[in-house]
Amino acid sequence: MKFKGIMLMLVMSMILVFASACGNGGNSSNGEGSSDQVSGNVLMDGSSTVFPIMEAIAEEYAAEQPDVKVSVGVSGSGGGFEKFAAGETDITNASRPIKEEEVKALEEAGIDFTEFEVAKDGLSIVVNKKNDWVNQLTVEELQKIWTGEATMWSDINSEWPKEKIQLFSPGTDSGTYDYFNEVVLDEQQMNKEATLSEDDNVLVNGVTGSKNGMAFFGYAYYLENKENLNVVPIVNGDGKAVKPNAETIQDGTYEPLSRPLYTYIKHSAVKDNPAVYDFSKYALENAGAMADAVGYVALPEEKYTEATDKLNEIAGK
Amino acid sequence: MQLVDQTKVKSRMQTRLKQNKILKGVFFGTTIFALVVLVILLYRILTQGIGYLDLQFFQNFASRFPEKAGIKAAFFGSLWLMAVIAPVSLILGVGTAIYLEEYAKKNRFTTFIQINISNLAGVPSIVFGLLGLTVFVRMLEMGRSVLAGGLTMSLLILPIIVVAAQEAVRSVPKELREASYAMGATKWQTIRRVVLPASIPGILTGGILALSRAIGETAPLLMIGALTFVAYLPENLLSGFTVMPIQIFNWTSRPQTEFHDVAAAGIIVLLAMLLIMNSIAVLIRNKFSKRL
Repeated sequence: MKFKGIMLMLVMSMILVFASACGNGGNSSNGEGSSDQVSGNVLMDGSSTVFPIMEAIAEEYAAEQPDVKVSVGVSGSGGGFEKFAAGETDITNASRPIKEEEVKALEEAGIDFTEFEVAKDGLSIVVNKKNDWVNQLTVEELQKIWTGEATMWSDINSEWPKEKIQLFSPGTDSGTYDYFNEVVLDEQQMNKEATLSEDDNVLVNGVTGSKNGMAFFGYAYYLENKENLNVVPIVNGDGKAVKPNAETIQDGTYEPLSRPLYTYIKHSAVKDNPAVYDFSKYALENAGAMADAVGYVALPEEKYTEATDKLNEIAGK
Repeated sequence: MQLVDQTKVKSRMQTRLKQNKILKGVFFGTTIFALVVLVILLYRILTQGIGYLDLQFFQNFASRFPEKAGIKAAFFGSLWLMAVIAPVSLILGVGTAIYLEEYAKKNRFTTFIQINISNLAGVPSIVFGLLGLTVFVRMLEMGRSVLAGGLTMSLLILPIIVVAAQEAVRSVPKELREASYAMGATKWQTIRRVVLPASIPGILTGGILALSRAIGETAPLLMIGALTFVAYLPENLLSGFTVMPIQIFNWTSRPQTEFHDVAAAGIIVLLAMLLIMNSIAVLIRNKFSKRL
């Protein structure tokens, strides 16, 4: 019967799929064996901002420890903490410090953890390339613009054109928005006319496409689109206008818009799972180089040594 | 005697013909518009992605270097997911359809079920993701595994399969069933030997179309915590996994434009897979519909 034939074909093709999937799983290459070979799983989730750094680290690490299976998810900083508290992950990444209620949830779940800073990012305020009038902005001026108190450039400086500012902002779910909300908006409502998008590339296109556009996003996105965007120097606490770049973000003169990126590691995982300990150690040792490689800014070298010492202490080694 | 006033007809004929021509133009225009948009889209994707589409693209895992980035983990993740979704959703879906069409009495209860199934087909996919997270990942403790993902996706496409299978079963002519009963066959014998073989093209077509929806979905999988970076292939039903749409989404959101081209290459692979599945559906329909 033809019906049977079809069913047989379906089953056969399914078996084939399984077989090919399994077959490919087996051929792990031999590592160089720089340190002792360990095996196990490392489960990681959290911020999509930190993801590129962790992806790069995991990629390098796979060459050294082919038997350790590292997986990284992107549930966002908040979603990551939720999974962390549910005990589903060993490590969670965040582009903002942990919130009090998240600490509480972790305490209730009986999960001990330590916060590690892995890199820095500078929120970059950008305007259109044709915008030659904005030479610097203070945080107060930024607040005026983004809360909608000032809608025209001339509201900030009478010499600037009487044209409406068009705002582009990352979506409210992102840690980037959270940080900007805290530092610049002071928890006030953002101008409702601002265009929000979860995809930072949309923001880049928005500003390149409109002469009066203004947006903020991570330093990496500015770096990639340098030719098409002007970055606005921000006046820091010492009254100096500073542009974001590797040095100013690292030494902290680009403030208050430099933000630290974190990773949170579960104590019990470090102690009981050699793979998590080995990966965490590798991650902290290489985070700086990898952060630079993917467009973020490394911390000073001694910070990473301190972090590694702290990790060893937790692991009892 | 003349029933039709020829002069009147003649005077109106011109405008009627003109109307006809205009409408023809409008409908032709709408068709062309859709086609042109599709062609532009395909052209853009192809020109962007073709440079990254080589054997290496299938052999490498995700990477921070665009030229080394590959879709291996996502590709096999998608295949694994399909291997879970296909049997689960087809068995449950066809079973439900047969019960509703052949066994269930037409009363308020079955109407209620029927309405609910149709409604479920319209529920946003993220809701199924939430359901999957609570039931499969947390309550049944499957973790962020292929199994949990596959079961969630099965639920998502189940209503579509049920409706398609019902249509197929319903379209089997009554005469065939009656002939079978007349020969003394029982209900089950009739279903197995007459109804199912006759409706298999419809069921498979609907099933494959539903499956192709499942491999294009991201939201429910992100919800249950499917991974984004995995440098290994799933080994069993409880392994972590990633799928092509998630990988593509991740690449498009990167700041580096090279990654957008890599994403385009990923889209080509996904499109090719969908096209192949849809053509299989068409082939099956053409081949089997001739039997009746």
